[in-house]
Amino acid sequence: MKGVEVTVEQVSRAYGSFKALDDVSVQIKKGEFFSLLGPSGCGKTTLLRIIAGFDYPDTGTVEFDGKNILPLPPDKRQSNTVFQTYALFPHLTVYENVAFPLRLRRVEKNELDRKVREYVHLVQLDEHIDKKPSMLSGGQKQRVAIARALINEPSVLLLDEPLSALDAKLRQNLLIELDVIHDKVGITFIYVTHDQSEALSVSDRIAVMNKGKILQIGTPYEIYEAPATRFVAQFIGESNIFPCTVLSCEPHEGEYMLKVDVPSLGGVVSVTDYDPLEIGSEVDFTVRPEKVRITSTPPRTMHKELNLYKGVVDEPVYSGFQSKFYIRLDNEEKSIVKVFKQHTTFLDEGPEIDWRDTVYVSWTATDGYLVKETNR
Amino acid sequence: MKKVLKPREREQLLGTVYAFPMGIWFTLFFTIPLGIIVLYSFLKRGLYGGVEWQFTFDAYAQMFNPSFAKVVVRTLWISIVSTLGCILIAIPCGYAMAKSKYQTFLLFLIIIPFWTNSLIRIYAWISILSTEGFVNTILIKLGILTEGVQLIYNNGAVVLVLIYMYLPFAILPLFTTIDKFDFALLDAARDLGATKLESIVKVMFPNIKSGLSTAFIFTFIPIFGAYTVPLLVGGKDSTMIGNIIVDQVSKTRNWPLASAFSMVLTFISLVGVFWMLYTGKREQQQSKKTTQQSLEQNVRKHHLPRGGK
Repeated sequence: MKGVEVTVEQVSRAYGSFKALDDVSVQIKKGEFFSLLGPSGCGKTTLLRIIAGFDYPDTGTVEFDGKNILPLPPDKRQSNTVFQTYALFPHLTVYENVAFPLRLRRVEKNELDRKVREYVHLVQLDEHIDKKPSMLSGGQKQRVAIARALINEPSVLLLDEPLSALDAKLRQNLLIELDVIHDKVGITFIYVTHDQSEALSVSDRIAVMNKGKILQIGTPYEIYEAPATRFVAQFIGESNIFPCTVLSCEPHEGEYMLKVDVPSLGGVVSVTDYDPLEIGSEVDFTVRPEKVRITSTPPRTMHKELNLYKGVVDEPVYSGFQSKFYIRLDNEEKSIVKVFKQHTTFLDEGPEIDWRDTVYVSWTATDGYLVKETNR
Repeated sequence: MKKVLKPREREQLLGTVYAFPMGIWFTLFFTIPLGIIVLYSFLKRGLYGGVEWQFTFDAYAQMFNPSFAKVVVRTLWISIVSTLGCILIAIPCGYAMAKSKYQTFLLFLIIIPFWTNSLIRIYAWISILSTEGFVNTILIKLGILTEGVQLIYNNGAVVLVLIYMYLPFAILPLFTTIDKFDFALLDAARDLGATKLESIVKVMFPNIKSGLSTAFIFTFIPIFGAYTVPLLVGGKDSTMIGNIIVDQVSKTRNWPLASAFSMVLTFISLVGVFWMLYTGKREQQQSKKTTQQSLEQNVRKHHLPRGGK
């Protein structure tokens, strides 16, 4: 691996009374595609700017392979940045933009020409090489920025919401390209984004941030399937979240089977979890909308631990490949449960579900999950 | 049948009507006087001022005189040094103003000196620089000097006061272009390995070129024609072209020669203005061409069938 290991230790940064970063520590492995994910104002960009050298922490250290880099100015760090606004030099052509870092280092002419063409080819802009940035589309501009940031052969590439200014389709394509480039160059990528689907699809690991703190670090699977806090559960994907109290906890097939009291669902719900929980502890019960089954008649299943509720369709939302239903449960609380239903094949589907229909929603114990940290 | 004007035609007609008063004003008080100067420069000198109606190149011939040549050379170097001085001071000023939170207040500070008559401001400099002036008094009080030094009535004082007088004309255009400059580009340059100075010279300067050329024109042209400053704070050897013209009109009463020198000033200024218009237009054309091309690109990409050219 050509990249470096990036260690951020106990970094804090305040702007006046606003704490942009509050005691943040994270270790990013060599050659990893690591994402910092969070809503705007969560401190992810501040952290990136500190690693790049445009901002300085009040306390804490940042190390590349164990060497403190904080005393170094941006031009002396082994990192290069791809900016959200591209920051291409408008007076220079694509060729000269990409050649800029090499010209600064006074690279010999033939070598410079060879490298510039190589990197322009890497981002597939060969035919636009002599154009000025103003003649390029957004996606092309961002590719120039990527080539320009990579040509110095940095050990870390910092990407500050590089795709946020592009339209959805282009964003997907460029994201895949970024992943391919990451595999090719093999250096550490630190990717800042507020878009969870971007982060989930390409990252090796993700750090979810909010209000200057890192809430959870893990693989996309861990973050989605086992959110550490209520915020993570709500921010990543969609969730039905209800506060609950643990009633019982027994070992069950290598995991634990718990009975929890969920007042919003009008009673006891069974759910499995990897760890035992103390009886009486207050936690959050969550089930993803795509794991809830919706049927017009009670489902014919023999599953022992099925959680089954009757309700009325409050609001159907059609979105092509799937529909989202807001189901108002037929209990005292009248709580709402969100359900995704895939439109797969005609054969699978029973009668079409519509507004004000009475329906049954159900999920098994293994579909639910308990979020332990409820206050953040 | 009554002719009905299309909206665009009517707008064009209205534009002409609106421009009419300004047109008359400029014709009466600018173009005609300039014409008179051109005319006078080709006429014979009248004995007690004025001209005799006789066509001649005498005035232009008289200009090729070693003592005048010296003045022209001096005017050139004083103007160039003062202009460069103005721009060198104005760049960091404009930068600081663009970055500052108190832009409006700073702009206000720049404009304040214009509320005072320029003559009064020059006299203020005389009292600052003279032998018993402000600077000398302080230096003597501090014990650095024992007696006053002659700071005034030399070319240095002329350059200093010229820079002071025309600095705002350099700051204002530079401030407006630097204000529009994207400072993220400096971050990008630093990130890519440029030192602070390299990032400013290689990235900022090329992108504020229009401000630099405007500042140059706005300061160089008035400085080139200056005559009060060299007259009041300059010495024996500080005469500039502007002073020659005043002398020829009021003392020597050689109006054709004065007109000829005015023609030189006007000509050099015109060269400057045309240069600015030319570079400005070229930039505009370039950007127009690029938008045109990217438009074509888009149309080709989205509206033409795939495969076919």
